[in-house]
Amino acid sequence: MRNSDHHIEIPDFSLIVLIGSSGSGKSTFASKHFRPTEVISSDHCRGLVSDDENDQSISGDAFDLVREIAGKRLKNRRLAVIDATNVRAADRKGWIELARRWHALPVAIVIDPGIDICIERNRTRPDRPFGGEVVRRMVSEIRRGLRGLEREGFRQVWKLSSAEAVEAATLARVPLWTDKRTEHGPFDVIGDVHGCADELQALLAKLGYEVAWTGSAGERQVAVTHPQGRKVVFVGDLTDRGPNSPDVLRIATSMVAAGIAHVVQGNHDRKLERWLAGREVAIAHGLQQTIDQLQSESESFRAALPKFLNQLRSHVWLDQGRLAVAHAGIKAEMIGRGSGAVREFALFGETTGEIDEFGLPVRADWAAHYRGDTTVVYGHTPVLAAEWVNNTICIDTGCVFGGKLTALRWPEKELVEVAAGKVWCEPVRPLAAKTADASAQAAADQLLDIMDVTGRRWIDTELRGRIVVAEENAAAALEVMSRFTLAPQWLAYLPPTMSPSETSLAEGWLERPEEAFAHFRERGVVEVVCEEKHMGSRAIIALCRSAETARARFGVTGNETGAIWTRTGRAFFSDGQMTEGVLARLRGAADTLSLWEELGSDWLLLDAEIMPWSAKANSLIESQYAPVATSSAEGFAAVNEALDRASARSGDFAVLRERFAGRAERAALYGKAWAPYVWPVTGIGDLKIAPFHLLASEGRVWFDEDHVWHMTLADRLADADAGIVTRTQWRVVALADENACADAVSWWESLTGAGGEGMVVKPRNFVSRGTKGLIQPALKVRGREYLRIIYGPEYDAPDNLVRLRQRGLGGKRALALREFALGHEALKRFVAREPLRRIHECVFAVLALESEPIDPRL
Amino acid sequence: MFLSIATTHRPATDLGFLLHKHPDRLHEVELTFGKAWIFYPEAREERCEAALVLDIDPIGLVRGKGQGDGLLDHYVNDRPYAASSFLSVAFNKAFRTAMAGTCAVRQDLADSAIPLEAVITPVPMRGGEALVRQLFEPLGWNIVVETLGPAQKLYARLKLAGSARLSTLLTHLYVLIPVLDDTKHYWVGEDEIDKLLKRGEGWLDSHPAKDLIVRRYLRHRGILARAALERLAPQTQDEAVEPEVKTAPEETLEAPIRLHDARLEAVTAALRAIGPKSVVDLGCGEGKLLQRLVRESWARQLIGLDPAIHALERASRRLKLQQPGGPPEGRIALIHGSLTYRDERWAGADAAALVEVIEHLDPDRLPLMERIVFGEARPRTVIVTTPNADYNALFPTLAAGAFRHPDHRFEWTRAEFGAWADRIASAYGYQPALSFIGPEDAQLGAPSQMAVFSR
Repeated sequence: MRNSDHHIEIPDFSLIVLIGSSGSGKSTFASKHFRPTEVISSDHCRGLVSDDENDQSISGDAFDLVREIAGKRLKNRRLAVIDATNVRAADRKGWIELARRWHALPVAIVIDPGIDICIERNRTRPDRPFGGEVVRRMVSEIRRGLRGLEREGFRQVWKLSSAEAVEAATLARVPLWTDKRTEHGPFDVIGDVHGCADELQALLAKLGYEVAWTGSAGERQVAVTHPQGRKVVFVGDLTDRGPNSPDVLRIATSMVAAGIAHVVQGNHDRKLERWLAGREVAIAHGLQQTIDQLQSESESFRAALPKFLNQLRSHVWLDQGRLAVAHAGIKAEMIGRGSGAVREFALFGETTGEIDEFGLPVRADWAAHYRGDTTVVYGHTPVLAAEWVNNTICIDTGCVFGGKLTALRWPEKELVEVAAGKVWCEPVRPLAAKTADASAQAAADQLLDIMDVTGRRWIDTELRGRIVVAEENAAAALEVMSRFTLAPQWLAYLPPTMSPSETSLAEGWLERPEEAFAHFRERGVVEVVCEEKHMGSRAIIALCRSAETARARFGVTGNETGAIWTRTGRAFFSDGQMTEGVLARLRGAADTLSLWEELGSDWLLLDAEIMPWSAKANSLIESQYAPVATSSAEGFAAVNEALDRASARSGDFAVLRERFAGRAERAALYGKAWAPYVWPVTGIGDLKIAPFHLLASEGRVWFDEDHVWHMTLADRLADADAGIVTRTQWRVVALADENACADAVSWWESLTGAGGEGMVVKPRNFVSRGTKGLIQPALKVRGREYLRIIYGPEYDAPDNLVRLRQRGLGGKRALALREFALGHEALKRFVAREPLRRIHECVFAVLALESEPIDPRL
Repeated sequence: MFLSIATTHRPATDLGFLLHKHPDRLHEVELTFGKAWIFYPEAREERCEAALVLDIDPIGLVRGKGQGDGLLDHYVNDRPYAASSFLSVAFNKAFRTAMAGTCAVRQDLADSAIPLEAVITPVPMRGGEALVRQLFEPLGWNIVVETLGPAQKLYARLKLAGSARLSTLLTHLYVLIPVLDDTKHYWVGEDEIDKLLKRGEGWLDSHPAKDLIVRRYLRHRGILARAALERLAPQTQDEAVEPEVKTAPEETLEAPIRLHDARLEAVTAALRAIGPKSVVDLGCGEGKLLQRLVRESWARQLIGLDPAIHALERASRRLKLQQPGGPPEGRIALIHGSLTYRDERWAGADAAALVEVIEHLDPDRLPLMERIVFGEARPRTVIVTTPNADYNALFPTLAAGAFRHPDHRFEWTRAEFGAWADRIASAYGYQPALSFIGPEDAQLGAPSQMAVFSR
């Protein structure tokens, strides 16, 4: 209890409970020190529900209202003041619970100016007809309870025990310990060090810190500085398991003392603190190494440790609230708040209560549910590689287990890593253990369960970590998957959406290759492959050597020798004979090349474009595009004819004539835009197929070969059967070579000038990563006339282009990466012969993500 | 889009007074969706022609809209170019006084019928040239329709000629252009009824195509259309407004025998004979079977399953779920799911009904459905109905080999259905009982066939 000398300091986010008898002056005190909106008065709420501030019969309802309002304020991280007598412990219990519910610190302020004053004040108020006995009873009950307030759960108790003290009291608000929002860094957040002092120093050096040691053994000192004034945030678990915990502690201690580091508390740090304090702790999980290492350290070094460890916080909230660092993560509703629950969560994360086959607790995945705006960086759970999940990232890359020590630069969001010198400690559970259960229920696994696809889903992918599918998106995909797609057994893959390049600022253009080159160049890509983009329809082709292979490998029951499906999983041809005919031709090409032997597989999964566009899109052309062409051309013709007549007789129609002449010209171009993509199809001979990826074959997902390899294979297929396989023009472009880039640009100009759709630019490697993670696997650069079909006849009029340029690509790109990772995951699981449900969930997720609202013109 | 109005009344240039637009100037009218320009291609004493050109901003029309089924959410469409309600709004603003029939300086002219000629292009003709004639000819207009474009005959250059007050011409166009187009760019609410009745005063009531005009003008919103017709002609208030073409092809085909009702009745009767405590309707659609079953006292718990969310929403309304007077909570559950997936939520039902469902599944999905229904959930009773393909020969309008519904993936003959039922019965341990639904033909059986599986 603080018998303050009139000065009260409260956390700026807390639940203030005023305690005082009737007439003690609580409301006066509250109105003096708090904003009116912060104070929730039980009398006021009595009035709100009954029109009578003194009606004790509706107290239950009035207090429900107080609790509701206070709860909403706390939820929104606003301080709240409960203005009620709060005489008995039972009255106060609910406020403690409310504060805990919202992770606010409960603070009691006891106002006790003396019984006589209270009685006197009540006497002058006609609405308080009760006598002195009531007040006397209240005051004595309050005084009896005073000593128990902290035990009740109040984190601070302030007592004002005279009229003068109440009158003279001053009140100040201080930010919570964890609230460092005013610090803007830049920061380097460093993962679990676990006594790996050498790796820590290597990482600090790589991050640009200067580490200077002085003194001799036992009394060594260290000073760390950064020329650009960066600061380090350690995610905790500085010690245990590793070879040199004392030096790690030295570095951290000195950096904290110098004000250039924050350390959040890890579970190992807390255990060490408790051991140092002589508490009984289980000596396990590497604590013994730390204890042994500390034996040879000086007494003064050890003596300083408890103080250092004691001041470690549960988490730290930085940079205007944009960044939070906690050891094991933190939920959005806990950031910048304080409670036992926050501390426990930040130390240990969330577990499901189950224990896995290695005897370790199964972690519930809070990150998969995370929806906060604050970026959360954490450690605690060793992972193979740091991956972003819902604006959170775990940067414990298991250095002490022979992995890496990882830092995240903030606000750059770049990962900087150093490899472990060796395996310092064998992990109990292998890093990146397979999450798939190995149970041999193969038959049952082929049966799909509704729970595999509905509700909120999250899927772990190798390329992009955990991907979440929202419930409403899954619901949207259910009907399509149930009624319109091919049987799930066929659908081992759906292709990702593809983003256009950044919007061109060149006059008259919306998209140009320069932006695509710049995009990849900026992300560290050295070479790209430019491929002619055919204007047809995307097709995934499962090509089997025989119907028997199809049945054995895909688990289908019919006599098909493969399947061809669209980007939404529907049968590409409604006529099964057409499908078989196309498959037979492609099989012939594969036979000619002896591909089966070369790849050691009896089946192939190809990614291709099938032309003409009109084969799939004819009804779209007739119902949507052709009417636009007719109506715009005819309308403008009539306008121009009338304008010609009008200007022949009088007036100044020059501006209007020019305007409508331009509009008519563009409308005429529109009518011609799709002509190159339309021709009649009467049989297989009218189709053209342009494969561009070999996705998978037995035992292999071919994403590890670069696009030169894939396009070389496509060329060979075209050579083998030029009648049906169309050769795709492609070229490798070194992004540093200005001439090569300029050549590629003019190549694109001639392609699109001749009616081509455009080109696709891909990093040479199928899967490319930069400092900020996965890079777009491909960007499309569409030609001017093709864009006319998409954006409408008049999109390239100067004042229209200005507006169309304001297009956001972020959503499309995030979607493309998620779908790319899911598609890869599906293929990986398929070639690993995982259960159908494991493949299907990825494919279903791609379909579900496609229901996200994205501008369809992108 | 383009509209011109011409007269040969002398002096023809008085058209400028009637329209309140000087023939020698270019007039500009600001609209929320763009601009309108008015000018005179011709202004002689013998003939004067005013043109209204709508200059809609095609980019502004779609920018910032989210996804949905709204008119403007299609990014490329004919809206900026075709004559539509945009045109009505535009000339209502540009020619407001002329439409009202007032003219400060030539009121006598505004009140008299004069020779008028109007050209509108391009006019979408949803209903073809016949509809154009049906709409304008009863009003005394001579019509010339010139269809436009190479492919579909959707658009026309429409020319009206006749003798009328200018305000009459404008009013007819105001109402009938959107009717021909059959869409509106704005939300149609109750105030549209007042607008329509005001504009239709004196001609709509006696127009032979009144019903069609009202229905299309009010965007096929049945309640509004009924209200408008009641106000037009109170004596007809009991007549229901029939939707223009809303019935599914299958229903049209089978309509004379009300086959679907017979099916539902047969399934209900078959279930009643067994009296299961809980029934799941797999592929419940809009809930027509559930609506019958809810009246049966033996059916304590009913579940409807469908993959289409909008169908479930309609079923919920039909069954009055969570509405006063609806069934008690818990008696009926509607769940979003499908026969591609095993589903605990309905697996415990005593009986399952698949009424006209299997023929909507691709044949390669059938084994999965069979395993889920007969192998996993294993209700004691499963009722399956499906069309009898043999009977198709008796539908006069159905081409040989065609299916009754475009979404049917197959239709089985009696022999095929029988073989399937036998296979299911032996594979999963059920007893099948086959029967027909609907009027029976001696050679070809009945239109629908039913199998009741029990174990």
